[in-house]
Amino acid sequence: MNEKLLEVRDLKTHFFTPDGVVKAVDGVSFILNKKEVLGIVGETGSGKSVTALSILNLIPQPFGRIVGGRIMFDGVDIAGLGQKQIQKYRGNRISMVFQDPAASLNPVYTVGNQIMESIMIHQKIDKRSARKKAMRLLDMVGIPEPQRRLNSYPHQFSGGMRQRVMIAMALANSPSILIADEPTTALDVTIQAQILELMVDVMNKTGSSIILITHDLGVVAKYADKVMVMYGGKPVEFSDIDKIFYEPLHPYTNGLMGSIARLDSKKKDRLTTIDGSPPSLIDLPPGCIFYPRCKYRMEGCARSYPRFKEVKPGHHVACHRHAEFLKEEADG
Amino acid sequence: MDNEMKYLLKVENLKKYFKIRRGLLMNASKGFIKAVDGITFGIRKGKTFGLVGESGCGKSTAARTILRLINPSGGKVIYNGSDIFSLSRKQMFAVRREMQIIFQDPYASLSPRMTAGDIISEPLDIHRVGDKTYRRARVKELLSLVELNPEHINRYPHQFSSGQRQRIGIARALALNPKLIICDEPVSALDVSVQAQILNLMTGLQKELNLSFLFIAHDLSAVRHVSSQIGVMYLGRMVEIADSEDLYKKPMHPYTMGLMSAVPIPDPRIEKKRNRIILSGDIPSPIDPPSGCSFHPRCPLAQDICKDERPELTNHSDNGKSHMAACFFAGKPLS
Repeated sequence: MNEKLLEVRDLKTHFFTPDGVVKAVDGVSFILNKKEVLGIVGETGSGKSVTALSILNLIPQPFGRIVGGRIMFDGVDIAGLGQKQIQKYRGNRISMVFQDPAASLNPVYTVGNQIMESIMIHQKIDKRSARKKAMRLLDMVGIPEPQRRLNSYPHQFSGGMRQRVMIAMALANSPSILIADEPTTALDVTIQAQILELMVDVMNKTGSSIILITHDLGVVAKYADKVMVMYGGKPVEFSDIDKIFYEPLHPYTNGLMGSIARLDSKKKDRLTTIDGSPPSLIDLPPGCIFYPRCKYRMEGCARSYPRFKEVKPGHHVACHRHAEFLKEEADG
Repeated sequence: MDNEMKYLLKVENLKKYFKIRRGLLMNASKGFIKAVDGITFGIRKGKTFGLVGESGCGKSTAARTILRLINPSGGKVIYNGSDIFSLSRKQMFAVRREMQIIFQDPYASLSPRMTAGDIISEPLDIHRVGDKTYRRARVKELLSLVELNPEHINRYPHQFSSGQRQRIGIARALALNPKLIICDEPVSALDVSVQAQILNLMTGLQKELNLSFLFIAHDLSAVRHVSSQIGVMYLGRMVEIADSEDLYKKPMHPYTMGLMSAVPIPDPRIEKKRNRIILSGDIPSPIDPPSGCSFHPRCPLAQDICKDERPELTNHSDNGKSHMAACFFAGKPLS
């Protein structure tokens, strides 16, 4: 029996810029269960990062605002919480690891100081025990000589080591959910593998869930249990990992799968591509956002946006022609 | 002789050292960073040589040295039978027409104050090719060649998407009918769906115009897709060179194995069954590289000899071709 941990329903986060309203996140819904890794996949501007920032109310100010929807965690709608109240959750029950560890750490404080800070904000313990705890955390994330490294400054660490420190900090209060926003994009391939293994390993041990935001479908294939594919601020498909990879229903998901060069595929002449480029989110047309790039578009697609709905158990999709694709699939 | 003809460009024992300067006036020399430390390879006519490695391995420095954008510390780059480092300014100017480069970041590599037309015609202006009308027509031709609308000739870079900008960069590189194009991470800054478009465009152009590419990337999947030969670099040295299919089928160097193993395959069923080897440790600083084989601190196969002696590239092919690896235990599986 899956235990529901977080439910996001019809979340809308818009940015009211001088150039117009940017609907960065527009109607995102998903469920995250306990001990689950949810992958959120999409290209630049698809709204995957803003979705994550919305959960912790870290939306860039002054333009951004949640304008609709609910984020249910532990029986509370945390979408409506003010900065003071959300702090009880942020870094405590739900924590986050960002893409660029160099920009996320404060260069003028030691690493030990910064980890201790996140512990002491949420737990009533004295400095000495906080320091001990910080040391244990550094040890857990595989930093050699943790005792000594507590006194090091961020610039004394390599990129991979800094991301380990970020993970230690995120885990300081044993969160139920870790949101990782492109945690390894800034790192080299061999270091990427180390960091992802570490993250999943630690979370497995503590029984927590992960929301893994990435554009790398390989990373998703390896680590995720469920996947949400986003395009132009909207969810286009959400299901189990196998369904997304082997029985995708949305033409965008399908196109994405075909357009990646794979390490295990022979050299071939052409990759299948999706024509055009991702849309600008200002002044979106009324119809399906993917319409201009879609191979399967028909007349009605330009008129109304398809509803994001469950078309078979556990498989959500937003496409007017899903019924045909489902039938094709059933017919083999 | 026959063998010589096949190669458009040969790099022999190329070295680029940077002086480390310290002190108030930056005048105290503290040794060297050996960014490129003696690499040798050749690029075949009409083919792609993929150069792979992680950050700091020297792949971009190698590219800049090959184009003589920076001067080498040693070695040769032989193009069309002559060493380009021995050419005079004037001779080099002529050779430059045949060697072009495409950069990684399509935002930083195009001047925001020039129109697409000006950008693409700049090489033609510098090399004084034809008159104004000819250049204009040529630019339009180039725009269609990279599948952009020739009517957008007067638009500025900010009016294009990142994929379209990269196409402008490619058009600029093609302007002088080059024979060799160095592609320095040409798709890593682009979105997945756009990457495939650019890779297709590049392989299409290669066939059409018989171009040779030096394709530099850290993404092994993209490199495999386009390259016929691949070289893997680690800390300034080549650790393995082989035909693309041989390299992927049977990597010989433990670093190559680790690198390939670290790339997850976008296929959950395969990926969950796959036995991955995760290399431990960080990439060492090139200021103070490890003794012997510079990979030994991270290598699962390392023995005492690896700390003391540096392995040279030797042939380990079992099919008569060339499959070079620099390892005392080349081909031994990592388990």
